[in-house]
Amino acid sequence: MPTDGNLIPIFIALFELVQFDIWGVHIFLKMRLEQLENQNPNVYNKTTDRLITAEEENDDVVDEFDSREIFDLIRNITDPEHPLTLEQLHVVQESLIQVDNANNSIFVNFTPTIPHCSMATLIGLSIRVKLLRCLPARFKVRVEVTKGTHNAENSVNKQLADKERVAAALENPHLIQVINQCISNRKRVSLSQFFRLNY
Amino acid sequence: MTVRPTQRSKNVIKSPIFSRFVALVSPLSTFAPFWHVVRPPRPLFNHPVVVRDPNPKMSKLEPLQTLCKHTGRVWDVSWHPKGQTFASCGEDKTIRIWSKDSDSKWSNKVILTDGHKRTIREIAWSPCGNYLASASFDTTTCIWDKKSGEFECNATLEGHENEVKSVSWSKSGRFLATCSRDKSVWIWEIAEEDEYDCAAVLSAHTQDVKKVVWHPHDDILASASYDNTVKLFKEDQSDNDWVCFATLQGHESTVWSISWDKTGTRIVSCSDDATLKIWQKGQNTEETWKCVCTMSGYHNRTIYDVSWNHSSDLIATACGDDAIRIFKEEEGGDLEAPTFSQVTCIERAHAQDVNCVAWNPLLSDILVSCSDDGEIKLWKFIPE
Repeated sequence: MPTDGNLIPIFIALFELVQFDIWGVHIFLKMRLEQLENQNPNVYNKTTDRLITAEEENDDVVDEFDSREIFDLIRNITDPEHPLTLEQLHVVQESLIQVDNANNSIFVNFTPTIPHCSMATLIGLSIRVKLLRCLPARFKVRVEVTKGTHNAENSVNKQLADKERVAAALENPHLIQVINQCISNRKRVSLSQFFRLNY
Repeated sequence: MTVRPTQRSKNVIKSPIFSRFVALVSPLSTFAPFWHVVRPPRPLFNHPVVVRDPNPKMSKLEPLQTLCKHTGRVWDVSWHPKGQTFASCGEDKTIRIWSKDSDSKWSNKVILTDGHKRTIREIAWSPCGNYLASASFDTTTCIWDKKSGEFECNATLEGHENEVKSVSWSKSGRFLATCSRDKSVWIWEIAEEDEYDCAAVLSAHTQDVKKVVWHPHDDILASASYDNTVKLFKEDQSDNDWVCFATLQGHESTVWSISWDKTGTRIVSCSDDATLKIWQKGQNTEETWKCVCTMSGYHNRTIYDVSWNHSSDLIATACGDDAIRIFKEEEGGDLEAPTFSQVTCIERAHAQDVNCVAWNPLLSDILVSCSDDGEIKLWKFIPE
């Protein structure tokens, strides 16, 4: 089990490489893909689709954002490693989402599948980007690792909360391509295929 | 036992059941004037912690004008030293220069494009007002001047490995400093016209460096970082080497911005930990700086910028909770333990995060702010 100290450079390295080295990204991600960190993740059932009530369809009734709605937005994001959704891997759960409409704040906890997952920042970033694009701009979204589920949670949380670093990361064409791949709900080509095509 | 009900209990008693309590309560109430004496003492800290003032005095910040020409987030606004013009920059990779029309309304006069390939994070006017420096996520810093009659980028400073986050000119006009996510601070010496030599690469910080600001009159540089510290640098006169001579430790998260007071003996810093800290230089030595005041409980989210007015001594903050707040030092305070209080707070100053606030260098009651909502706002401060 790697220690905290060993781990931080790994995903910082992911960011560094992704930021300015096109070949670095490809090689790095390819390496990760060939030897999956978590080979046999637990797979959970999907929840049933939400029943839309007549009241919700009535435009005259103001219905506020709730945790189920936020959950529906992010549950189909795919894991960067596995062809499974974050919901199936229990990375996101409805009970770990808090919505405060009055204060325009949304708080999402996500649980990496293993405590040394080097993809944690990428998963968090995908959730942030998805919510950034789908929600009205008034919302302040905070995405954090569920307490006690990652070796370097403070460092991951700090990076995800830094809007300047998130903005810089999203201007990187290679990184945004990977994120778009994760958040698109379409039946996708697997990531390894995607990179083979691009090679 | 006869009980003379107090004014308070008279109003409360409505049923005979309550009258039983009166016998108990009233004798106690005769001690009431002494209760404040035995109130629990305030928690002790190694320096005073200022908590929210329940009755802030009513100074006002009056909106003057809203400018929306940028598309997307506006990261920074910077006043020209003469105070008649300011520049803004942002996500749309442009720099806009604004000045007043004849009807005293501000309008966009110049747009500078094609200097940068990515977000322009910060801009800074040289002390002479002839040059404008822009720091960008594309790892370069551009120097713009107007020698040909129009603004042109006549020098590009390269060297940082990652996004450049901040740029600042020294008041002497001799130096320019830049900092980056690559954890370094670079000092550029302005040798001749359009010639910039790298005088030092300072790697004192262990993380992303967010901001560099020069001392108001000396060649001393302050930098703020993601590693939660502020560091001060100066040139060692014996061997012309730039050294870090002080580290200001105390914030619990990223320090986003810093601002010097007019004398250069105090610094205010703002952080992701939602506090402001005032740092005071030691009496005799330059090396010892200590935190003399922490303002917590005022801000609800990350404080992205702080600006210390050199004429009125007011401190303005830009916060992630969309508010702009103004603080003032209370008079007659101890130099070693000053007290600052909030004099005004505009709760919804912008529709989204406020990224920058800047006091006009000459018209000291004019403040400009910019936000993630793409707007720039001008404000006038009216004291109580």
